[in-house]
Amino acid sequence: METREYPRLGETVSRQTLANGLEVMVVHKPYHAKSYAFFAVRYGGMDMRFCRDGQWRDTPAGIAHYLEHKMFDTPQGNALQELAKNGAVENAFTSGSMTAYYFESTEHFYDNLRILLDFVSVPWFTEESVAKEQGIIAQEIRMTEDDPEWRVYEGLMACLYRESPVRVPVAGTVESIRAITPQLLYDCHRAFYTPGNMVLVCVGNMEPERVAAIAGEVLPAERGEEIPRCYGREEGPLPCCKEKELAMEVSMPQFLGGYKCRPCGGGEALLRRSIIGDMACDVLFGDSSPLYTRLYEAGEINGSLGGNFDIMPGAAYLYVGGDARDPRKVFAAITAEARRLAEEGIDETFYQQIRRAAYGQAIRSLNSFENIAVGLGEGCFRGFDYYRLPEVFDSVTKADVEAFLGEELTEEHAAISIIRPLDGRQAEDA
Amino acid sequence: MARQMLMDNVYLTHIPSEKFKTAFFSAQLVMPLRKETAGRNALLVNVLSRGTLRFPDMGALSAHLDRLYGARLEPTVRKKGENQVFGFVASCVDERFLPGERLLEPMADLLGELFLSPATRNGRLRGDYVDSERANLADLIRSDINDKRLYAARRLLEEMCAGEPYGLSRLGTAREVERISLQRLNSHYQAILPAARLELFYCGAAPEKRVAGAFTRAFAALPRQGAVEPAATTRRPAPEQCRVVEETMDVGQAKLGMGFRTDSRDMPAVMVMNSMFGGTSNSKLFLNVREKLSLCYYAGSTYHRSKGLVTVSSGIEAANYERAVAEILAQLEALKEGRWEDWEFQGARSSLRNSLLSLEDSAAGLEDFAVGQAAVGGDESIPLLLEAVSAVTPERVREAAASLQSDTIYFLKGKEA
Repeated sequence: METREYPRLGETVSRQTLANGLEVMVVHKPYHAKSYAFFAVRYGGMDMRFCRDGQWRDTPAGIAHYLEHKMFDTPQGNALQELAKNGAVENAFTSGSMTAYYFESTEHFYDNLRILLDFVSVPWFTEESVAKEQGIIAQEIRMTEDDPEWRVYEGLMACLYRESPVRVPVAGTVESIRAITPQLLYDCHRAFYTPGNMVLVCVGNMEPERVAAIAGEVLPAERGEEIPRCYGREEGPLPCCKEKELAMEVSMPQFLGGYKCRPCGGGEALLRRSIIGDMACDVLFGDSSPLYTRLYEAGEINGSLGGNFDIMPGAAYLYVGGDARDPRKVFAAITAEARRLAEEGIDETFYQQIRRAAYGQAIRSLNSFENIAVGLGEGCFRGFDYYRLPEVFDSVTKADVEAFLGEELTEEHAAISIIRPLDGRQAEDA
Repeated sequence: MARQMLMDNVYLTHIPSEKFKTAFFSAQLVMPLRKETAGRNALLVNVLSRGTLRFPDMGALSAHLDRLYGARLEPTVRKKGENQVFGFVASCVDERFLPGERLLEPMADLLGELFLSPATRNGRLRGDYVDSERANLADLIRSDINDKRLYAARRLLEEMCAGEPYGLSRLGTAREVERISLQRLNSHYQAILPAARLELFYCGAAPEKRVAGAFTRAFAALPRQGAVEPAATTRRPAPEQCRVVEETMDVGQAKLGMGFRTDSRDMPAVMVMNSMFGGTSNSKLFLNVREKLSLCYYAGSTYHRSKGLVTVSSGIEAANYERAVAEILAQLEALKEGRWEDWEFQGARSSLRNSLLSLEDSAAGLEDFAVGQAAVGGDESIPLLLEAVSAVTPERVREAAASLQSDTIYFLKGKEA
């Protein structure tokens, strides 16, 4: 295995691409009690339309997430129990572009790793178990339907996108998941859960060679075919609607405003673009920005205001939101401030201050094994080395951030999603 | 983990560690949790967080934090046993990654200033800050209905522990907070500062002597007089008949909460029992209520160690209420009768060991543990708990389960149901 040091981050990583195409990375953490393994597949909620054996096919919304739930079933029972016997804490998530399975344990790491690799690579579905999962996932979906933060996000995506599957909930809907059958699950597993489409990241005090050897032993020898995917027709640069509003049991209005940004390809340019987008957030509405202070002191916002820049396959957007008595007014102030900063330029001293803070934040995020694994894993799928963060960070200039503000965060790219309290709610409490 | 007295009723816990990217700081006042003062204490830390004499507004304060390489500062209000623990946690990138920089002393200084030299006007806390933080805090308290799961968990405790400090919310109520005047808050600040216990905490690469020196200097001006000791937790038996409280809201998914009391002093055994009951995704509740019967997406239980409570929480279809309650009680019955497979018992102990050991991999986790112990006057340590959990026997688990008494059921359901 090839081992590389990253002195600016105080990190060491061993890497190898196995004969079956699997990327294996081991991040050395000699002083921690826990060990962490993260096994991910480049397949998520957005990959609903794909081509296999020359045939394009459409699958139901929510199938990647459904598959994630069912992977824990094994012919012997359930992998959760196997891991539980060793005291491991396991979980999984499905995002728009990735499904990941991971565990954390302080005992029996190599046994747990075998269990993880085994249950994710060997599918086992029955009519009965697939039918039973409908009830559980339907309750999971019902729970998100009561969650204002989720609903406000869903509303924004529906404003920003016409075609892109980014507007479809990762878990699907109670209706869409009814069409899921064991055969469909087997088909999707066979298409995507192949070593060439996966990555294994381990973080902790372990032997890299042994990790690679176990992965080579447990996983199939073939890398699997490359699967072309389709993310809908080319999106125009403008949102498909400017505003959506919904009433729910909440105490005060909340909103999520967003800007539809140009999509971004892969490679280090993606990492650089995501740093620029994050810095634009800090400069525009971060805790120390003039706008944040002004809005907070005027009582227009509370401490909940925040946002982020997300890059998904074929789509990119910056969002900002929180509680506000007058969401439209706050979002308009943010859009106006973006324009002012782009036209007048960002104050140099302020920019340097934000830069320092952003760099500190980047290093701080490496406290979390999950952040490390998701960062390195995503980098592997999208063609960059996440740990080159300090160097890429150095290359970002004030002009880059100003250009981003001026080109992307404009009125014409903007849309807003609002959740307001049910009528009478506030009066009742006053 | 070492805890020493720095000044009268002021303690410092120092945990040396080089495994984190950041150094972690905390300064917390500890006072008995009371209905009259809960809101005042919560409002006070939020007002203090707005600025100091040297950094008088949010802009100046955040710019200072930015220059300390994105240091983080957060006002916190927690309930530990029947005490309210309130103050600030802060962290900054460890000096090892910033050659030539010193961040420890400026961080300690800032914590001292937040308590001792807040931004004032005419010698009093600033009225505009009090007004805006009062409104924000009231909004925050009201916003707890947004997350129905947390809301239901809080309501269960409120109903179950009505009349006990443990049933109070850590932030007080919105109505109480809205009634706090500037004058009242000022006199409250003057009254508690000399009297409250102060717990300081540091986890990072700096040696104890340097840390103690930095904190001693930063808090040198802290007045000390009329010490108020943290409260010991009270225990109460369950009522003869389990109480049922129902509430209706416009929600799709109903929330079920069940509260039990235990008089068992065998804490390690209750910990293992709770883990088997609903503490993990391999517990009886998860495997039966969710996996076998598909009644819910989540079903879990929590052991409130210092108070001797076990609470169960689950999200279900309202129509399944009876079945879910029956199934949860049936699973508890199974534990009382010792009906489990060995892996459930081994797995629970192993999972507890895992979570205790993992606590040592998180500075925030260590702080929460240390501050919690200090507040409830506990003498638990992670190594001792690890040993105690490993020594628990199946017989002790059965006894722990048998000690649970149903106290209250709380059910939040949709309007149409």
